[in-house]
Parts: sequence; structure tokens; C-alpha cells
Amino acid sequence: MAWRGGFAVTVAAPADERLARAGVLRRLLIRPELGAVVGALVVFAFFATQSPVFRSVDGVANWLDPAATLGIMAVAVALLMIGGEFDLSAGVLTGTSGLVLVTLATRYGLNVWLAMAAGLVVALAVGLVNGLVVTRTRLPSFIVTLGTFLMLQGVNLGVTKALTGTVQVSGLARADGYEVARAIFGGTIVIGGTPFRVAILWWIGLTVLATWVLMRTRAGNWIFAVGGNDQAARAVGVPAARVKIGLFMTTAVAAWLVGSMMALRYTSVQANIGIGQEFIYIIAAVIGGCLLTGGYGSAIGAAIGAVIFGMADKGIVFLGWDADWFKFFLGAMLLLATLANRLVRRYAEQVRH
Amino acid sequence: MILETREIGKSFGSVLALRGVSMRVEPGSVTCVLGDNGAGKSTLIKILSGVHRHDSGEYLLDGVPTVLDSPRQALDLGIATVFQDLAMIPLMSVWRNFFLGSEPRRSLGRFDVAAARRIAREELRAMGIDIRDVDQPVGTLSGGERQSVAIARAVYLGAKILILDEPTSALGVKQAGVVLRYIVRARQRGLGVVFITHNPHHAYPVGDRFLLLNRGVSLGEYAKEEIALQELTTLMAGGAELEQLEHELRSQ
Ligand SMILES: Nc1ncnc2c1ncn2[C@@H]1O[C@H](COP(=O)(O)OP(=O)(O)OP(=O)(O)O)[C@@H](O)[C@H]1O
Ligand SMILES: [Mg+2]
Repeated sequence: MAWRGGFAVTVAAPADERLARAGVLRRLLIRPELGAVVGALVVFAFFATQSPVFRSVDGVANWLDPAATLGIMAVAVALLMIGGEFDLSAGVLTGTSGLVLVTLATRYGLNVWLAMAAGLVVALAVGLVNGLVVTRTRLPSFIVTLGTFLMLQGVNLGVTKALTGTVQVSGLARADGYEVARAIFGGTIVIGGTPFRVAILWWIGLTVLATWVLMRTRAGNWIFAVGGNDQAARAVGVPAARVKIGLFMTTAVAAWLVGSMMALRYTSVQANIGIGQEFIYIIAAVIGGCLLTGGYGSAIGAAIGAVIFGMADKGIVFLGWDADWFKFFLGAMLLLATLANRLVRRYAEQVRH
Repeated sequence: MILETREIGKSFGSVLALRGVSMRVEPGSVTCVLGDNGAGKSTLIKILSGVHRHDSGEYLLDGVPTVLDSPRQALDLGIATVFQDLAMIPLMSVWRNFFLGSEPRRSLGRFDVAAARRIAREELRAMGIDIRDVDQPVGTLSGGERQSVAIARAVYLGAKILILDEPTSALGVKQAGVVLRYIVRARQRGLGVVFITHNPHHAYPVGDRFLLLNRGVSLGEYAKEEIALQELTTLMAGGAELEQLEHELRSQ
């Protein structure tokens, strides 16, 4: 305790000398992404020792791809979770955005870029509605976005069936502007003789951007604050509702980006795509150190959480195991990470130095 | 800035939380608001700080009738409030909390992190607040340290009126003493302080004026010269009731 002096004079000793005693180890331990980093190293070591393909450059390019598309979503979802909210509609919204893109470009003859813009408008509208309903009604976002999740699921299937008579729309490759859009959002680039998906660059770029926003901007401070205690934040003048609505819209933009990437890559979209993914995003964010209660977490952690998934997803295939083991792995990682994070946070909160 | 209320009132549905309360806060003085649980203290300061809107009477700032729409507006006018349970965000570091809502900015909305750390450290030291590491989460501070940081923050951010809701009620004797010292220091810096408490022993040493509330109505506003600690205590407990209680206890 710092108040040894009590009523008497409190001595303001030089801060530097006391800072030195704070402990480097403890500083490292209270970083939210620590658990994810350790987990990623363990998972990498596990697969790399058993599968030469896994540790080859081609292998790395291979498992970074699912890590990237999941990671873009996980980073956005992490920001939202740090801000104290969930979005269960994020997965199915990737499908909605892709369906809008392919449907408008193939059945209504729109240029790919215009169709993408329309998809963005739809996604932003969904994010705005999620945000407005949550902030206005103060209902838990879990329930509100569960509602939008089910509604979008219905719309995706209903509209697709009504228009095509099937459960998919396809033929995007024939639309105007496809080649360029695909190169930017769905293509590959060759680095040192190995083709990498451009999604990986998007993912890295967005992780860096999200981290910068969180740590170095006023908006970042507000995100932590509204998630930590939104009434306290409001009381010191933080526009809590605007911050939360912004976060829902950010998640929606990420869903649009990933949905468009997938549509451009495969030239078709299944009407049921993205369903069930919303939990994987949340799990990646939690492995990355986000608290379910909000106010704590990191974008880099979520990105690393996505790497763990990418490695497990492909690693299990490389080892020739049944893909069903992926689900087991998913659950085990979630439990371990949550326990580790809880221990770390208790330690950070309780030790008064 | 002079803050004044005239016959101010507020009801929640059928609950009359506050009726006809008049008070005055001047620069460089401490106005204490005393009252038992449910007396309407929090309701009063929530009106002063823009959380609730009053529905009768007048709220005057420098003599001008004012209606506040939000805590933000109150802050912009120089009225800062430290709410009892809402003082700080526990998982955020001291310096992030210190500037929350008023972050020093550089271009592109960048939060000037280096300046924030340095200023937080300097300001806390200038107020004589002994925090080792401004990077530690506020949740690791003691209750008194937390209140002290919140007070230093309001003073630094240029508050002219500082409102404190029961800053000492959850604290031990020593810690309460520390907070009382910061209240005095804020007054010395020329702030008008509104200090809410239900403990006359905390209020009397630092207060210049005392407003007594009971069941939503004012029992009067007294200057320090007009009232002694004993009277204050008796009034607060509802005089006759306390005597009754004493009587009952003695006869057992
Ligand atoms: N938002 C509200 N809705 C309905 N009634 C309320 C509301 N806020 C306060 N009240 C009522 O108004 C009365 C005064 O409450 P207030 O919180 O102002 O008391 P207080 O003096 O701060 O008490 P304490 O010492 O317990 O903090 C109480 O009867 C309370 O139930
Ligand atoms: Mg109260």
C-alpha cells in the first residue's frame, strides 16, 4: 500500500526508482496476448515436428490463408468485445455481403465494384441497426444480434431460392471488373517463389491498424472504457453509444470484406455460408486475451488466435487425421486459453506492488 | 463560477426524490451535502452534473438559468463530478483513466500517449498523490487512491466546480483523511467543491457551508459559523429520533 504516511505528509519519492521494481516478468505476464503467443508456439511445435510439409514455406502459406480470413473477422470482433458487446450476426453477414455482390453482378448486370459498394451499404446498414438497437434498448447484444443472425440466415436462403431456385448464386467470373477486383481481394502474390493469398496482407494490415487505433488513439481509449464500464465512461463525457455503434459497423465492414473476398475467390456463394463462424471469431478473440465481460483484450492477440486455428485446421489435414478432430481441438484450446487468461488477469489485478 | 439552485425538485414517476432544495457553491469554498440514505443526495448531484434534468425550480450558473442535457455539457462548462462507484475504469491504467474523455490529441486523432503518461505522473505528484506506476491498472489501487486520482484528474482538467459523491464513505480513517486533504487542496486552488457525505465528522472539518437533506427536502443551509458539529449530527439524524433511540437503548 502506498499510503504509509496516512494523515502525515505523503512523500513523493522519485518515480523512476520505484518503476524499476515493477518487474519485467510481471509486465509481460499482464499482456493480454501472452496466452495466445504461448499457445501458437506449442501448436506450431506440435505440427512442425510431425509434418515436414507443415513447416515448409508452402505449408506456411497454406495455413496462413484460413488464418487470414478468420483473422480479419477475429480482429474486428475483438475490438467489439473489448467494447463490451458481441455480434452473432457477423458470420452470416459475410454470406449476405457475398450474396449481394454475386447476385447484383450476375443477375442485374452491375459492375463488380458497384455490386461490392452495394454489399458494403447493406453490411453497414446491418451494423448500424445492431448498434442502434443495442444502445437504445440496452438489451444484451447477445440477444439482439442473435435476432439479426436468424433474420439474415432466413433472408440469405429465402432470397437466393426465390431468385435462382437453388441455394447458391454463381458466375461472378463473367461480370465486368472481375479480374481487377479478384486480384486485389481474392488473388495471390508470389513472395520468394511461393504464392501467398493477398488476404494475408489485408489481415496483417488490418491487425496493425486495429492495434494502433486501440493503443494510440482517443477512439481506442474510449473502446476500452465503454467495455470496462460504460456508465463511468459516459460520466466523464465519452460518447458511449457512438463508440458502440461504430464498433458494430466496423465488424460489419470486416464481414463485408471477408464475404467479398470469398465470393471473388470462388466466383459463387452458398446461401448458408458463414453460419456457425460467429462463434469461431469469438473463440479466436477469447484465445487472444479478450474478456467476455469486455474492457480488456488485444487485436494482435485475436490475430494470433486466428493463426492457431489456421495451423490446426490445416495441420490436422497434413497429418492425415480425420477433420473431426478439429472440433475437439477447438474446444480444448478455448478452455485452456480462458483458464490461462483468467489466472494472468487475477495475478495482474491482485498483486499490488 | 457560482453555482446555485433555487427550490429545485425532481420526481421519478410517483417518487418525489427531491423537493424545493436551494443551495449555493462559490469558488474556493466547500459546500457539504449531508443526509441519510435515500435523502436525495445523489439525485441532487446528478441534477447538478447533467445526468438528470430537474423538473421544478431553477438551476443557475453565474446567475443564468441553465438546463444541462448531458454530463459532457456539464464538463464543458467546468462542472466535474466524481461519482461514487463510477469514478474509474478498473482494468485501464492510471494514465488512461486520468485523461479519459479529455485525451490530449495530436494530428489524425492520435492520442499523445507520451504526454499523457508524463502529465499524469506530474499532476499526481503535484497533488501529493503517491502512485508508483501510472501504468498499473486502476483496479489495483486502493479505494482512497482511486478517489484521489479522480480528484486530481478533475482539478487538472480545469474544473471550476468539483462534485464528489460520498468519496469517503467506503474508506478507513486514514484513507478518508487523505481524500479530505485533497478536497482542501482543491479548494485552495480556487475550485468550488460540493462534497456529499453522510458522515458529519468528515464534513465539518473541511466544509464552509452545510446543506442538510432529509427525505428529499432541505432542512436548511448553514454557514460553518452558524452551526456546531454536535448540532449538525443531531439535525442529520433527525434530532428527536436520535433522542428516542438513546432513550430506548438506555431502558433495555
Ligand atoms: N432512477 C430512479 N428511479 C426511481 N427512484 C429513484 C431513482 N433514483 C433515486 N430514486 C429514489 O429517490 C430517493 C433518493 O435517492 P438518492 O439516491 O438521491 O438518495 P441518497 O441520498 O443518495 O442515498 P444514499 O445515501 O443511500 O446514496 C430514493 O427514495 C430513491 O429510491
Ligand atoms: Mg447516493
